Amino acid sequence: MSTDTARSPFTDESGQIERKRQIGRLFVAICFASTLVGIVALIALIADVIYESWGWVTWEFLTYPPSQSIENYLPGGRGAGIYPALIGSIFLIALTAVFTIFLGVGAAVYLEEYAPESRLKSFIEANIANLAGVPSIVYGLLGLAIFVRAMQLGSSLIAGALTLTLLILPIVIVSTQEALRAVPDSQRQAAYGVGATQWQVTRDVVLPRALPGIMTGTILSLSRAIGETAPILMIGAATSMFIAPDGLTSPFSAMPMMIFEWATLPQAGFQHVAAAGIVVLLTILLLMNAIAIFIRNKYDPRS
Amino acid sequence: MSVDSAVDITNQGSDIDNRKNGFVRYVFFSCALVTILTTLGIILVLVQGSAEFFAEVSIVEYLTGTNWSPVIRPHSYGVLPLIWGTLLITVGSAIIAIPVGTLTAIYLSEYASPRVRRTIKPTLEILAGVPTIVYGFFALSFITPLLQGVFPQTGTFNAAAGAIVVGIMIIPMVSSLSEDAMSAVPDDLRNAAYGLGATKFEVSTTVVVPASLSGVIASYILALSRAIGETMAVTLAAGMHPQITFDPLEPIQTMTAYMVQIGISDVSVDSIGYKSLFAVGMTLFVMTLSMNLFSMWIKSRYREEYQ
Repeated sequence: MSTDTARSPFTDESGQIERKRQIGRLFVAICFASTLVGIVALIALIADVIYESWGWVTWEFLTYPPSQSIENYLPGGRGAGIYPALIGSIFLIALTAVFTIFLGVGAAVYLEEYAPESRLKSFIEANIANLAGVPSIVYGLLGLAIFVRAMQLGSSLIAGALTLTLLILPIVIVSTQEALRAVPDSQRQAAYGVGATQWQVTRDVVLPRALPGIMTGTILSLSRAIGETAPILMIGAATSMFIAPDGLTSPFSAMPMMIFEWATLPQAGFQHVAAAGIVVLLTILLLMNAIAIFIRNKYDPRS
Repeated sequence: MSVDSAVDITNQGSDIDNRKNGFVRYVFFSCALVTILTTLGIILVLVQGSAEFFAEVSIVEYLTGTNWSPVIRPHSYGVLPLIWGTLLITVGSAIIAIPVGTLTAIYLSEYASPRVRRTIKPTLEILAGVPTIVYGFFALSFITPLLQGVFPQTGTFNAAAGAIVVGIMIIPMVSSLSEDAMSAVPDDLRNAAYGLGATKFEVSTTVVVPASLSGVIASYILALSRAIGETMAVTLAAGMHPQITFDPLEPIQTMTAYMVQIGISDVSVDSIGYKSLFAVGMTLFVMTLSMNLFSMWIKSRYREEYQ
């Protein structure tokens, strides 16, 4: 018995198995280290922003217009901050939300509930997939040529909102389609069975059931729109505005534009102001994401 | 009674309801049509703007010239420095994101417990949700000083910092999409390899990765296409200096950064600078579109089908 084990195929005479084990362990270590790279980068990014902005996010920063001189941002200064851009961003996103919900839900309902399986439907869907891959700055050119110039809306809030709407529309449509698809077919059939029209089924059965999913997808897309700089920069959003926008056609600034402006100012100290602006932007992003996750968890039928 | 009510139900208000139903259908169809109009709009705007540009500048000079100075005299309209800058960023970010993203995907798909995967995957996806302007700031305030510590000759604006932050930004695209592809490989294949005595390392590298290769490659191309179109991070980090250089520590200018430069300056609609926006935008659009289509093609053409 004991002599046999020496010739057993399970013994590791040449050390080959042990070597393979070592390679395996080394490989796991490398894979795990790679996973850490992304996480460490995320931590470094957040730590860097918090470190640079420490002490600069004050009440004055939220409630005053920007200033060219750094002293005004400091405690005891006249007070300067992000107020017009903050309001501009909120207006911009609210307006974008109105357009996006209408167009995005409409298009998704058409594709999921109304359109027959046809070449037209698959063409529209392939086109939406392609639109999602178009760089955001190209949407800026579209907005510049169509909304700002051709429709003569100028570099206004509404031109910005329309541009951002087209930018996030593909994502909203796809996420809304998923939400609609999750509504069980039996519920539609039950409604048809009592004589409802397609519109009545959609309005009274499908949309209410899909609403949490639609909301989650839309809020997440809007949180992408609020951080976009390139498209609104191309349509001519102001880098620094001293008053908040007061109407659809008024010129505006938005937080990412303001941060871009501060980050490029050569005067010392402005990197702290830019970091403070980023903290405000990321806080709003975080809030929007938290709301989206809350809605998903609260209304998720699986939980 | 029962016969009456049956007749009533089928006729009740059906005229109005049906007309309403038909009207609503058109409203929804128009919403879907907006996406087609968007594509047509993009193509129309780019073609028309480029046509105006190429009415004044020869397309040969544009595509072969090695000096880009459309606004400052002496004028010169060779787009190659911008394309070079864009490629430098793209290749640099690929060097970071492809190995890191692929190994992360292997770890998440093959080694991590479901609980760890459920935590790490969304955490990494936060990286993709951070606004690009924040990456630009991160490059200026953290990466570049770090590079300057190692290589003192590093400029305030340099291609390397831009490539690094864009690389970080696209890690989750590679890792998430590749992980999806790897998780879709059926366990039968893994178990067959284990049955032949393969180790976990051998199963991961010689079974799972080849079987999911189409999805993995598609994720690379998609991520690189994102890197090409990336704007604010490279504008802030890599600078506004169009030149063909092999030194990543020097400033460069990407196509997108040039568009930002014109976007924030006050150029009139008739100027060549304004028209050049559309020519450069067209170049960018053609590059990203062909990569996206290529990615979709690879994914469908080389997909391994499992039941």
